[in-house]
Amino acid sequence: MHERLVRTLTRSARAVAMAFLMLVFIVPSSAVEAPAAAENPEIEARMMAVATELRCLVCQNQTIADSHAGLAEDLRRQIREMLAKGKSEREILDYMTERYGDFVLYRPPFKPATALLWIGPALLMAVALTALATVLRRRQRMSAEVFDPDTPDEEADDDAPR
Amino acid sequence: MKRFLLPLALFFVLVAFLATGLRLDPREVSSPLVDKPAPAFQATVLARPEFILRRDDLLGKVWLLNVWASWCSACRVEHPVLIDFARRGGVPIYGLNYKDKREDGLGWLRQFGNPYRDSLFDPDGRIGIDYGVYGVPETFVIDSKGVIRYKHIGPVTPDVLRDTIEPLLRKLNA
Repeated sequence: MHERLVRTLTRSARAVAMAFLMLVFIVPSSAVEAPAAAENPEIEARMMAVATELRCLVCQNQTIADSHAGLAEDLRRQIREMLAKGKSEREILDYMTERYGDFVLYRPPFKPATALLWIGPALLMAVALTALATVLRRRQRMSAEVFDPDTPDEEADDDAPR
Repeated sequence: MKRFLLPLALFFVLVAFLATGLRLDPREVSSPLVDKPAPAFQATVLARPEFILRRDDLLGKVWLLNVWASWCSACRVEHPVLIDFARRGGVPIYGLNYKDKREDGLGWLRQFGNPYRDSLFDPDGRIGIDYGVYGVPETFVIDSKGVIRYKHIGPVTPDVLRDTIEPLLRKLNA
């Protein structure tokens, strides 16, 4: 009984020590990342909203908001400063497009060069649905014995091995 | 036989798309700045912290703007090409020392040679943002009216210089 109590106590003491060690190691690293969350939370939130709309050109499948690349950090700072100066979201997106092109926008504008991008999926879907409808209608018109596995179908003579 | 032609044709269309896609370089995003006036800047010069260079100081001549940094390994690759170009006495090359420390930049030039007439010092990358820089090194050709005529992303190779940049410079200087 006494022995078990000692064992439990040492185990919990070890756990506390572990937790303490973890705290010691975790706190400084989060302290390094913290200053990005700037003085003004309202500007910060708007900055992140704009940054989510922008592609990071260094790591192209991330947004400026997600990326840790140096350029993304610089652009976040730029957005923050422009918002602080009273620029609108639209003006900031225009500013970025002027420098980096439509490619930075995760939602590019609709224009002749991007038309296929926008209507392409709908177009492909329309083609697929038309094809499906055509095939189904054709099969509907076929007589029942075509689907009978026992009767050789009409085209069998040019496909079958001789 | 005929019913196989359509899927086969579709297959080849797909292959053509994929083959083109494979050969495109997603890192080469065409810059909207080409044929637009070069963004204005006002920066100290790397070697002379007290001297300020502005874009308008460079009007009236054709020049190259080369973005470089001492931390950029690809810059080391293109550096001999620029040194050789400068030695042949083409148009002046101005550097943009991008997000670097002054002493690091100067040390790098001492070590590898200096092809630049001057290098603009841009420690926090603000001029870089104005020029849409995202992959150092980058090189701009700017004409005598201050308009950007060409932008090259990545190291300038002897091929790029011979086949693209030098013909353009001859045309601009003609």
